[in-house]
Amino acid sequence: MAFSKVWVLSEMQGNQVASVSLEILSFARSISEQVEAFGWGEIGSQAEKLGDFGAKVINVVEGIQNELPAVKVASAVKEVVQSGSGPDVILIGTSYDGRDIAGRLSAMLDVPVITNVTGLSLEGEELIASHSIFGGAIVAKSKFETSKTPKIFVIRAKTFAQEPAGGAPAEVKTLSYGDVGKKSDAKIIASHAEERSGPKLDEADIVVSGGRGLGEKENYAMIEQLAKLLKGAPGASRAIVDAGWVPYAYQVGQTGKTVKPTVYIACGISGATQHLVGMKNSKNIIAINKDKDAPIFSVADLGIVGDVHKVLPKLIEALQSRA
Amino acid sequence: MNIVVCVKQIPDPNAPQELEEDTLTLKREGKLIMDDSDSYGVEMGLLLAEAAGGGEVTLVSMAPNGETSGLRTALAMGAAKAILVSDPRLKGSDALGTAKVLANAIKRVNPDLVIAATESTDGYTGTTPVQIAELLGLPSVTFAKKVAIENNVLKVDRQTEAGYDEIECPLPAVITVTAGVVEPRFPSFKGIMAAKSKPIEELKLEDLGISESEVGFAGAGQKVLEATPAEARSAGEIVEDDGTAHERIIAFLENLKLI
Repeated sequence: MAFSKVWVLSEMQGNQVASVSLEILSFARSISEQVEAFGWGEIGSQAEKLGDFGAKVINVVEGIQNELPAVKVASAVKEVVQSGSGPDVILIGTSYDGRDIAGRLSAMLDVPVITNVTGLSLEGEELIASHSIFGGAIVAKSKFETSKTPKIFVIRAKTFAQEPAGGAPAEVKTLSYGDVGKKSDAKIIASHAEERSGPKLDEADIVVSGGRGLGEKENYAMIEQLAKLLKGAPGASRAIVDAGWVPYAYQVGQTGKTVKPTVYIACGISGATQHLVGMKNSKNIIAINKDKDAPIFSVADLGIVGDVHKVLPKLIEALQSRA
Repeated sequence: MNIVVCVKQIPDPNAPQELEEDTLTLKREGKLIMDDSDSYGVEMGLLLAEAAGGGEVTLVSMAPNGETSGLRTALAMGAAKAILVSDPRLKGSDALGTAKVLANAIKRVNPDLVIAATESTDGYTGTTPVQIAELLGLPSVTFAKKVAIENNVLKVDRQTEAGYDEIECPLPAVITVTAGVVEPRFPSFKGIMAAKSKPIEELKLEDLGISESEVGFAGAGQKVLEATPAEARSAGEIVEDDGTAHERIIAFLENLKLI
């Protein structure tokens, strides 16, 4: 195997391991015999799950409570690296805390970090990262040009498929962090969950997304209704999230969720680069837009040049009459 | 309340973008504009300085070619002055190299708060602000969607997977703000005129005590190997709605056995 030790950031999402962590663990097994998870909080309770996905060890950073975790997690990893028993490669899923951890670690260890990875392959002894740029029109490939380790990659969700390996439960080890001074003074006072019903946006078979073409906030109800009828999840473009129509959790795109449903239905979305990056790998794409030159049509399997205010009510009515 | 806002000047993202032939990095010739993502940070900085009853907003930016038009936009919104680190040797810098340059420039201002966007529109690495925080030894709160300062403590609603967290963090600190966090003001005519005479301090690497081996292509620990057109999706069918387009959608979904 190419690398003697690979660490994968493993985060909790609710009371489960985040799917992006399991996806990356599935890949990590192909480049190293010694794949280890690292994380904080309740991750130590996931020995069976993480073991099943190939982690031999879970390294839990202790002493993180009600605070943003990045500084202490990065500091603990730094201690291990400086003791000489650190990993050759660190793989981190693109998440709020994941990017913070990658940034902190990079600056603490003075090593570069490669982000926005949408593919990773082993060529010889080197990892080559793919990146989707210009709205997915171009695939760029990059690699590290440094002898420094660890090599840190931040990988977007859905880059790899989840494949359990049937491994034994992982051994839980604890890590302690070094001197963090005032850097870790950002405290979590309260957590709020935004309720939403139906399947999760990044797991749904059908995603129905709305954009500025809906005209006004009230019209987003059509998106929710259509998603419900199709047992799918409602999504949104950045434009209407920025405008405050729907919460950020609905956003599909570069700064939001990456989705790969069986069918993605884009309603009144022009298809800015920012949005295409998050949905262009859907298996099928249906787009409804008034502007026949909208970039969304370049990725659509079925493009409807028409007014969402006319098409959607008819579609909803037709589906209702079938139910 | 002295606030630094990191501002990136980028090629117009709505114009066709191209890569340099030799280095495969984004072409940054010609006119650069302020990254729209940064307009939220500028507005937030101005609002927080106003709420604190004093202080000013200083812009900090880095560009290889001395471009200032994007900075003038932010100055016209109300920022007091700008520091531009402009040096041809910066061309090709990676996120960590950029963070080293910006952190050293920010040190000269000794601000209470540093504000950046969550990521730039052209490079979208998204790690630079946190790297800056680490280099400055400061706490950071990323993905802020609501920000207030009370008794020298930052109160931030931070985006999470599930919803949001309420965060408290003492100053000085670094925050990144999401788009839409505030409504950026349009520069007034008076603001645009005033911006023309606001100071932009231009610095070179030597002024910051940074070695050229740490930045630019020389310092970048990564390299773009190739850039090729993505595998195109097979051409889809485009139909004009004649009042029956919804039937096409139904048929499409039926064909996939989804309904």
